[in-house]
Amino acid sequence: MTVSISSSLLQVRDLKVAYGGIQALKGIDLDVAPGELVALIGSNGAGKTTTLKALAGLLQPSAGEIHYRSISLQNHAAHRLIQEGLVLVPEGRGVFARLTVEENLQMGAYCRNDKSSIAQDMQHIYTLFPRLAERHTQLAGTLSGGEQQMMALGRALMSRPKLLMLDEPSMGLAPMMVTKIFETIRNISVQGVSILLVEQNAKLALEVAQRGYVMENGLITLSDSAANLLGSAVVRRAYLGS
Amino acid sequence: MRNVLKHLSSKNRRSAWLTFVVFAIVLLALPFFTDALFGRGWVRIVDFALLYIMLALGLNIVVGYAGLLDLGYIAFFAVGAYCYALLGSPQLGLHLPFWIVLPLGALLACIFGVLLGAPTLRLRGDYLAIVTLGFGEIIRIFLNNLNAPINITNGPQGISMIDPIRVGEFSLGNTHELFGLTFPSVHLHYYLFLFFTLLVIFISLRLEDSRIGRAWMAIREDEVAAKAMGINTRNIKLLAFAMGATFGGLAGGLFAGFQGFVSPESFSLTESITVLCMVVLGGMGNINGVLLGGILLVVLPEALRHGSGPAQQLLFGKTFIDPESLRMLLFGLALITVMLWRPAGLWPSNQRRRELVTKNDSAHL
Repeated sequence: MTVSISSSLLQVRDLKVAYGGIQALKGIDLDVAPGELVALIGSNGAGKTTTLKALAGLLQPSAGEIHYRSISLQNHAAHRLIQEGLVLVPEGRGVFARLTVEENLQMGAYCRNDKSSIAQDMQHIYTLFPRLAERHTQLAGTLSGGEQQMMALGRALMSRPKLLMLDEPSMGLAPMMVTKIFETIRNISVQGVSILLVEQNAKLALEVAQRGYVMENGLITLSDSAANLLGSAVVRRAYLGS
Repeated sequence: MRNVLKHLSSKNRRSAWLTFVVFAIVLLALPFFTDALFGRGWVRIVDFALLYIMLALGLNIVVGYAGLLDLGYIAFFAVGAYCYALLGSPQLGLHLPFWIVLPLGALLACIFGVLLGAPTLRLRGDYLAIVTLGFGEIIRIFLNNLNAPINITNGPQGISMIDPIRVGEFSLGNTHELFGLTFPSVHLHYYLFLFFTLLVIFISLRLEDSRIGRAWMAIREDEVAAKAMGINTRNIKLLAFAMGATFGGLAGGLFAGFQGFVSPESFSLTESITVLCMVVLGGMGNINGVLLGGILLVVLPEALRHGSGPAQQLLFGKTFIDPESLRMLLFGLALITVMLWRPAGLWPSNQRRRELVTKNDSAHL
C-alpha cells in the first residue's frame, strides 16, 4: 500500500534521528495524504514521539528528507511550521497551566491576526467543546486531564491546521474520556484536517484511522490499511493482546 | 489591573478621577510628609524604594513573565551605574550630560542582557540560576579588579565625586527654591525617580497585555508547546533578558547620579537576592504585587532598624538585642511567614483574581 508521491501532503523518506550515539530512528518512510487520518503505533521506545518531534522541527534529523506540501522541511525552524498549517499537540498535552482556558485557545491563534475570524473560530471551538466554554475563565492547570486534552486539541484547531500531529492523546485519561477524545479526533478528520496520530492504544487508533504504520526499534515494520492491520495476526499478537 | 481600567471607563468615572487625583496629590506630597513626620533620612529611603521598585519590575519581566530564574540581575544595575560613573566623574575626566549617559547605561545593560541570554537559551530553572549567578559575580569581580594594569574602575575603592543629574544650571544635587517651597536634593530625586518608576510601570503594563507578554507567559508555562504555537522562543527569551536588563541599567544610572559614589560592594549577590525576594514575596508576574514587595522590602528593614530599639525599651525597659542584628532576624521571620501563609505572594498574579472576578459577568458565553 503506497500513496503516490504527488498526492501526498506529508512525505518522509529515510528519516534518521540520533540522540548522541544512539540511533532512535533508523531511516523511516511515511506518507500522509490530504484529508487522511494515519495512525503510527508501536510500543514504548519504538521512536514514535521522536518521529513527531523531528517532523515538528524540535529535533534535528541526522539524515533523510521531509517534504510537506512540496516544501522541504530541512532546517525549518519549529515556530515557522504552524504558519504552514503543520501543528503538533505535544505529548502530555502541553497546556499553559497558569493561563486561562481562553488565553490558551488564543495562544493557538498567535500567528494569525484576523481578529474577527479568530473570534468566530473561538466560538466554533466552544460549540465543539461545550465544557471549555463553561470553564473559559478557569486556569488551564485546574482542568481534568480529559478537559486539558480537549483544550490542547481546541488550541491546535485555533491555528487552522492542515496537518495535525497528535502525540498520545489518550495518555493518562479515563476510558470514558478516551472514547470522547477519539470521537473528536474522528470529527476533526471528517472536517478535512489531515491527522497523523501517534498512539500506544493500537486498537483505538486503528479503529479511527484509515491507514496505519507499525514501528519497532526505530524502524517501520508494517504499513497497511487500518482494517488490514487490525486483522493482522502479528499486530493482534503484539499490540492488541489477543 | 485590566479589570480596574475597565471599571474606570464604565460607570464610576467620576470617583475614579477623584481617586486618581488624591493618589497623585499623595505621591507629589509624599517627600514633604515623610520629611516632616520621620525626618530627611526617610525621604532618602523612599528614593531607594523607588530605585528598587524599578529593579524589581525589570526582574519581574525575566522571572515573573518569562519564568527565567535570574540570580545575577544586579549585574545590570552595576553596568548602568558604572556606565554613568565612568562617563560623568573625574575618574576618566569625562563629564557627559546625564541625558546621554543614562540612556547609554540602559543600552549597555541591554546588550549585556543579550550577552547573558544568548548562551543560556537552552537552560532553565536551577541550571539557569547557577549560570546567571556566575554572571553576576563575574561582573562584580571585574569591577573590583579593573584597576590594574590600567585603572578603569578604581577597584574596591569605587568611583566618587560622580556628577549629579543636571539640566543646564539646574542640578539635582543642590537645594532649590521653587514656587515658594524648598526642595532639597532628596526631594528632587524623588520626583525624578517617581517619573521613571511610573514610566517603567506603564511599559510593564503595556507589555503584560501585549502579544509579547503572552508569548513570555506561554514560554514560562511550556516551552515546547509555545514553539508549536509558532512563538520564536529564542528571540522572545532574548527580548525578556534585554528588557529586564534595560530597566536594571536605567535604575543603575539613576543610582550613581543620586549617590555620587559607586563601588563593587553595592552589587553583591545579596542585592540580587533582595530584588528577587521583592518579586517573589510581592507576587510573581503581578505588577501591583511587585510594587508592594519592593516597598515592603525597603521600608521594613529600615523600620525594624529604627523601631526595634525603642520597642524593646518600651516593653522591657532596656535594650536586650542590638537592633541591627535583631532587624535581620525579624526580617527573615517575616519572609518565612509570608511564604508559608501566602505562597503565591502577598498580591498574587492577575489571572487568579481575574478568574474570580469574571466568573459572574461572563456566564452567558
